Amino acid sequence: MNNNGRTPVIDVRDIYKTYQMGEHEVRALAGVSLTIYPGELVAIMGPSGSGKSTLMNVLGCLDQPTAGSYRLDGVDVEQMKEDELAAVRNRKIGFVFQSFNLLRRTSAIDNVEQPMIYAGVSAKDRRARATEALESVGLGTRLKHFSSELSGGQQQRVAIARSLVNNPAIILADEPTGNLDSKSGAEIMCLFQTLSREKGITVIFVTHDPRIADHCKRIIRIADGLITGDDLVAEQRDACAEHSAFTAAAALTAAAPGKMSAKK
Amino acid sequence: MAAVIESIRLAIRTLSANRSRSLLTMLGISIGVGAVISLLSIGAGVQAYIDDLFAGAGTNIITVQPGKLQRGGPPGASSSAQLTEGDYRAIVANTPNILAHGAFLQSIGNFIYEKKESQVIVYGVTPSYTVIRNWLPAQGRFVEEADNTSRLRVVVLGQTLAKDLFEDADPVGQVVKLNNIPMRVIGVMTSKGASFVGDQDAVAFVPLMTAQDRIFQAQAQAKSGERIVNAIAVQGASEAVRPSIESAMRTVLRERHRLAEGDEDDFTIVSQTELINTFGALTSVLQIFLGAIGAISLLVGGIGIMNIMLVSVTERTREIGLRKAIGAKRKTILSQFLIEAVTLSLLGGLIGILIGAGIAAVIPFFADFKPQVRGSAVGLAVGFSITVGLFFGLYPAWRASKLNPIEALRYE
Repeated sequence: MNNNGRTPVIDVRDIYKTYQMGEHEVRALAGVSLTIYPGELVAIMGPSGSGKSTLMNVLGCLDQPTAGSYRLDGVDVEQMKEDELAAVRNRKIGFVFQSFNLLRRTSAIDNVEQPMIYAGVSAKDRRARATEALESVGLGTRLKHFSSELSGGQQQRVAIARSLVNNPAIILADEPTGNLDSKSGAEIMCLFQTLSREKGITVIFVTHDPRIADHCKRIIRIADGLITGDDLVAEQRDACAEHSAFTAAAALTAAAPGKMSAKK
Repeated sequence: MAAVIESIRLAIRTLSANRSRSLLTMLGISIGVGAVISLLSIGAGVQAYIDDLFAGAGTNIITVQPGKLQRGGPPGASSSAQLTEGDYRAIVANTPNILAHGAFLQSIGNFIYEKKESQVIVYGVTPSYTVIRNWLPAQGRFVEEADNTSRLRVVVLGQTLAKDLFEDADPVGQVVKLNNIPMRVIGVMTSKGASFVGDQDAVAFVPLMTAQDRIFQAQAQAKSGERIVNAIAVQGASEAVRPSIESAMRTVLRERHRLAEGDEDDFTIVSQTELINTFGALTSVLQIFLGAIGAISLLVGGIGIMNIMLVSVTERTREIGLRKAIGAKRKTILSQFLIEAVTLSLLGGLIGILIGAGIAAVIPFFADFKPQVRGSAVGLAVGFSITVGLFFGLYPAWRASKLNPIEALRYE
């Protein structure tokens, strides 16, 4: 890959992770090395049990590798203590989960403010930045809505706003469309593509869904704790176009419902 | 600090989301604090009532009564010993530092005015009685020295007696019959109200010597031929001289009653201080007992809080995982749950203070005394509530802070 001598945002060298499961030692990662540069849209793919989740936990600073080095945004994190890792997660990583993980009975804006509370941002700045982040994901009119009053796609957009709000070095998205229908899934992928293109954010998807991977620029494949493939995507699909198509189809359905259902 | 305020806001939001559960959890603390507050207030009220009762009797009063006071028995009941006027004069002559003194004879008298009749306690008194009981007439005048020395047939009525005989008419100047002896009413006392010894206003006062020589002659004659008194009272110059006064009185009386060394006193010296201390000891035993009940409810309430917080930590495992993922440190999670527990117990405590104050406010409708809700009791209750929340919230909060974010996020 040609990166013109830029510093990688993620620089993982020879990482191992072994778990003790009773008497057996399970090697989840068996020497993984990988670099990701700012602005990349990467999918890490692999079947379950491949070590994909372990790699995500290590990249997300939720877990420490047994051996190897990990430099995130210029900081060596593999020796950090629990609270230092919490600070790194807070400042440098935005998380987007399959099940959204919004706080219940909490408004969209309060959810988005949460990471800034832990970062010690003043109440006034929090409000302004959270509003801005929600506007950037198209929810400027739903600041006070509770998560129970939002659709799945909207909830995931709140989660994306929350992941963006501390200006992280990377966003880690774990099956972000897994709980969504195709249309909402396209909408979320469109949002990621737009954010990546317009703001240069780095997004790492962890998925087994090829439809997500097709929307990325690069696919890293993992199996049995090892990287088995690292390829650029020849033809990156445009999620926004697909989403428009869904919307158009929905408009048609609304206009002539009988006809559409007959065709189906 | 901002983080603490944030945690308090969050705690209130979380608690109000589970309103009925939070209220039920608080109930234990509320009952405990309510009990502590009402009981302390009742204790303070009773104390004030007793203080008031004794303050109503003048300050630094020391009384001598005949006979040895048996614990639990009425004074003077156990012995045929008597006090005489000679004893009184000797005490007055030989006791230093006294401001006032008096001697009293006490009996029951039958009063008749027109068709009305009433039986009350009659005191034969010296004029100093007004000082010693700190009690003055509302109308007319009290017994004076001249009434006493001339053995005049005059009487001062207590309010109840005056009402019984005269209803709303003015008794002063009227003549009533006391044990069939005509007596002129010279005054009516102010009302003292009821106390635990009964209606203090159902009384009458006559000059001591009138009582001794003209009304209760049979009762007032000692074997020696001397006149008897039922009580001798002196007012000390200060609390500090009380022991010296008491010992002077004891010396005089033992000598006059010819008591050998080792014999028991045949009289009893009682000071207000002692009485107040006795009652004080009683009320503090009561308060300790009631306080223990309150403490047990607080303990049970605290365990309730711990239970609910543990449930809450389990229910919110994913939330805790998420919070850790987005940057909450261990101590942040710890303090969040701790603040939640303290908020719970503190709100419970505040409700308890209201309950306790409510009980204290209702009591005067059923009892003679007025409970006092003191700042110190409220402060104690608030302090207890916070301590209970901290103590019983610590373990659940610690459990929450120890959760592994990966496992917590995966928790179903």
